[in-house]
Amino acid sequence: MSSKQTPSQTVGPFFAYGMTPEQYGYDFASIAGATVEGIEDSAAVTVEGHVFDGAGTVIGDAVIEIWQADTEGRYNHPNDQRSSNQAFKGFARWGTGTDPENRFVFRTVKPGPVDSEQAPHINVIVFMRGMPNHAYTRLYFPDEVVANAKDPVLMSIPEERRGTLLAEKIERDGGVVYRFDIHMQGAAETVFFDV
Amino acid sequence: MSARDWDSHPPYIHEGYKSTALRGPTKPLVPLPHTLSERTGPVYGHECLGPDDADLTLNSRKTGEPLGERIVVSGRVLDGNGKPVPDTLLEIWQANASGRYNHAVDQHDAPLDPNFLGAGRCVTDADGVYRFHTIKPGAYPWGNHPNAWRPNHIHFSLFGPTIASRLVTQMYFPGDPLLALDPIFRGVPEGARDRLVSSLDLGVTEPDFALGYRFDIVLAGRGETPMED
Repeated sequence: MSSKQTPSQTVGPFFAYGMTPEQYGYDFASIAGATVEGIEDSAAVTVEGHVFDGAGTVIGDAVIEIWQADTEGRYNHPNDQRSSNQAFKGFARWGTGTDPENRFVFRTVKPGPVDSEQAPHINVIVFMRGMPNHAYTRLYFPDEVVANAKDPVLMSIPEERRGTLLAEKIERDGGVVYRFDIHMQGAAETVFFDV
Repeated sequence: MSARDWDSHPPYIHEGYKSTALRGPTKPLVPLPHTLSERTGPVYGHECLGPDDADLTLNSRKTGEPLGERIVVSGRVLDGNGKPVPDTLLEIWQANASGRYNHAVDQHDAPLDPNFLGAGRCVTDADGVYRFHTIKPGAYPWGNHPNAWRPNHIHFSLFGPTIASRLVTQMYFPGDPLLALDPIFRGVPEGARDRLVSSLDLGVTEPDFALGYRFDIVLAGRGETPMED
């Protein structure tokens, strides 16, 4: 039997107490926050960025989810048979409404390669008021030049748009920051995937 | 290749819903063959639940019971083959009975209810069944166009088995005359709209306590089985 999919709808402007209650100060536990559960402090990096609309305005009511492998490229999921790092949750969720600059700011680790073909990447899901469907993208790392050059997903994208998936690496206060701005529209429109 | 059936979902940009104009992607989505990254996803089960998380009439009481019409909302979560999706997390949020969200951005002149937050979560059982107790949400005005009102609705967020099955949606109530006027609901292709409308169900109803509404949810994807390598 085949069933017809339930249509998607926007998260709307009031997702905060449903999806990110602790971040926005509600007395209700969040399932996930800005820090990926189970990371080792010594390997921690920051992933941050803005979400821009088609007029170049920073969006303050988006919510971003990241899903990623650990430093050895293992996902904590039953479909990854190699997974032995059960402490590493691999998931975080953050709204853009509490940072003074309306950034999303995650604390995580740089993932290892998940298979022999793909370069290390973080899967990113974008939700916001005014967007009826979520949007999937991927963050790739600028310090993986060799791996990126043979990544089949990156290579499937027209060359002039690949850069939209590359984070910028910054050293700040003795730590590593990967800056990843998401442009919903415009000349620099981020590549979004049909997953 | 794509898990999402685009005949079932609203387009990213549609004229009636103004905010979509500057927010939806304008370039075609790039097809992504499913790799291990798309065949996995966050796993949140019963361990993430608090004791009253699925009862919104209980989980934020301060001085007494929340006001409004108590209801039960229940249904099954299915994959694209119609098979139940067990042990998957649902998160919901909604306005109170007066049509007011407990949120700084919501300036609608309707009362907050000190005993109602409007957020809850639940994990499906082995048969894919979920069940919430809550208060029927009220309608409220919004700024999309003059005299615009949202129909009564409850927001739902689901993970399903992988990131490809991720879904955020809204459940509506049967017979609501505002549905015909709501650009968010009407952005959905016409033949798919009724899938967002719950049905009054005496089997879900708890006699002498709360009316029951049934809302089944079908996720994208085919519930892929674990790989053998």
